[in-house]
Amino acid sequence: MNRLLAILFGVLTLALVALGRVHEGVGGSNSTPDGAVQALFAGVKAHDLKGSYSLVSPSSNVDFQTFERSLVGSNGSLRTYSQLESADTRVLHENDSEALVRTELKYATAVGALYDIQDLKVVKDATGWKVNWTAQKQPSVPPQVIPVNFLRWDVIWRGAEDDWGAQNVEGPHIRILSMNYTEREGGVIIMGEVENEDTVPAFVSVGATLVGKNGEDIDEESSFDKVSHVLLPKEVSPYRVDFPHVRLADVKSVRMKPDTSLVPASADPVIGVLHQRIEKDARGRTVLTGELINESGQSVNIPHVLATFYDNNGRVIWVSDGYLDQALLPQTPQPFAVDLRDDLAANVHDYRVTVNHYIRNRQE
Amino acid sequence: MRKLVLFGLATLVAWFAADSARGADLRIPSSGVAAGRPLTIGTDGQGDAVISLLGPGQVIQRKVKLGSEVQIKAEDLHSAGRWIAILRASGESHSRVFWVEPAQPENLSFLARPSRVPVAQHNAISGTVFLFDRFQNLVLRPTPVTFDLSVKGTGAKQSVGSRNGIAWIEASSGPKEGAAQFVASVGNFSVRRVVQQVAAEPCSGSLRMHITRREKDTVVVQTDPIRDCSGNLVPDGSIVSFIETDQKGKSTVDARIKKGFAQAELPASDNAAISVASGVTLGNELHLGGGR
Repeated sequence: MNRLLAILFGVLTLALVALGRVHEGVGGSNSTPDGAVQALFAGVKAHDLKGSYSLVSPSSNVDFQTFERSLVGSNGSLRTYSQLESADTRVLHENDSEALVRTELKYATAVGALYDIQDLKVVKDATGWKVNWTAQKQPSVPPQVIPVNFLRWDVIWRGAEDDWGAQNVEGPHIRILSMNYTEREGGVIIMGEVENEDTVPAFVSVGATLVGKNGEDIDEESSFDKVSHVLLPKEVSPYRVDFPHVRLADVKSVRMKPDTSLVPASADPVIGVLHQRIEKDARGRTVLTGELINESGQSVNIPHVLATFYDNNGRVIWVSDGYLDQALLPQTPQPFAVDLRDDLAANVHDYRVTVNHYIRNRQE
Repeated sequence: MRKLVLFGLATLVAWFAADSARGADLRIPSSGVAAGRPLTIGTDGQGDAVISLLGPGQVIQRKVKLGSEVQIKAEDLHSAGRWIAILRASGESHSRVFWVEPAQPENLSFLARPSRVPVAQHNAISGTVFLFDRFQNLVLRPTPVTFDLSVKGTGAKQSVGSRNGIAWIEASSGPKEGAAQFVASVGNFSVRRVVQQVAAEPCSGSLRMHITRREKDTVVVQTDPIRDCSGNLVPDGSIVSFIETDQKGKSTVDARIKKGFAQAELPASDNAAISVASGVTLGNELHLGGGR
């Protein structure tokens, strides 16, 4: 009897281990279309890309390297620094042999959550449902030399040996062009535009302090990444300062604190923003979409889009931003979309898009 | 009798000491005492004494035989201002106040503001000079200071006298952009500062663009040289925005001026309007396709 029990427990243990391996590998069953998609992304979440790749339909004609690159990113893009957090699926259409599954992916990154919506085609074969994976094809730029004679500003600072009368190089002059406020989701938002009105580059940050009814400081925040920090001469950037958990009714006034310093900078790369338009995305939300094109020869690892929306009086009514999780390769258009509040869409008369860029190992 | 002799001796010693002390005194020149020059101080009297000279941030002490002269070397006297000479002999002190003038100006501290200024601005540049001698004493006597502000060989020279050690001017920026050399000089000594004179905003009418190249998917537009109203090229790096609007939406390129020109690559279109702007200055408009 004891021996029988030992054998029974041994078999049970092996079965559980095997089951565990199966779950670890694919994270679910591919007996249903959304189960197959869930299993594929469970593998991505568990860094088992081989397991995920086993759920890709051979008809996709995608090799493993391409599949891997499309999921974990390349060229030092934001995707390479991200981690898949969740994948929510919804079957849009299904018949006996194929289905269409809408997948909302949420990635965790150092700059906040990134969302990606994909409508995945799932096909059924003898082993179950498999995902027809379509990897975004990177148009290859023909080998060439792109002459870039970009501008660069270097600064000679006052030295320790200089006499006290030797003036340092004067800091750049910036100006807050406009300031507007709104209350949203239980917080106050201050936004507007700031201009570098000087002839040298400026490192800019915009801070704001809310002053209460009794003259006391309620809260102090800065624009963090909702501003272009390096402004070239005459460049205008939007800014947005968020004060969560502050009621507008408690605020008497706002004290703006723009800070600036002179920094070495370069005018490269020039990034064009093409085909901008306001439209609805797959989830029915209002977004500003377009394409970025890097007109220089150097890859931009992490592009950051800042959009300013104006009403018909030219007043800034919203500032929105978004990171692209793909690197911006030279001469290669890359689509982008940034949110626009649905309740404001009807009031938007004009908009302007600027692009921040982060380049790894850049020698300024 | 013995008491009488002792009393007599004590009286004699006291009389001798009092007589010696009464003779100690100082003689200091009333003018011409300057930092970096030797100073001779005469003494009167007899016996040994100590002379102490107390000046701003400096103390000099010497032993002296009364009746002789004390020589203070040129390199020992370097603080200008109010000094006190104290002669101490036989437990008594005599003091005299004297003034040490600064030496000749040899150091200039030159404050030039601002470091950048738009061209043709009235009284936009200020220059202030503080005159010091080689010991860093502020030279208070009126001294002529020459200010020379020039860009690319043209400029203006102005001479002003210092007051209380300071000389200053206000000057207008010139019509030409460039690194203005702002030089302040006294005698053979001069200090140079650089004031960058920069072009002003683009002049209305100077911002014009044209198409330089058409390719299958793109058009390249370039401006003519962009100048301010004084004819200077607008500074490199200034942003020029090219905006193309067609049925696909709006395309923008924020280009930087290089050597007076700005250039952008925009998508080709069979019916689009392209506009250009820099700051508040609007340029011309181009139409792609559409028969225009």
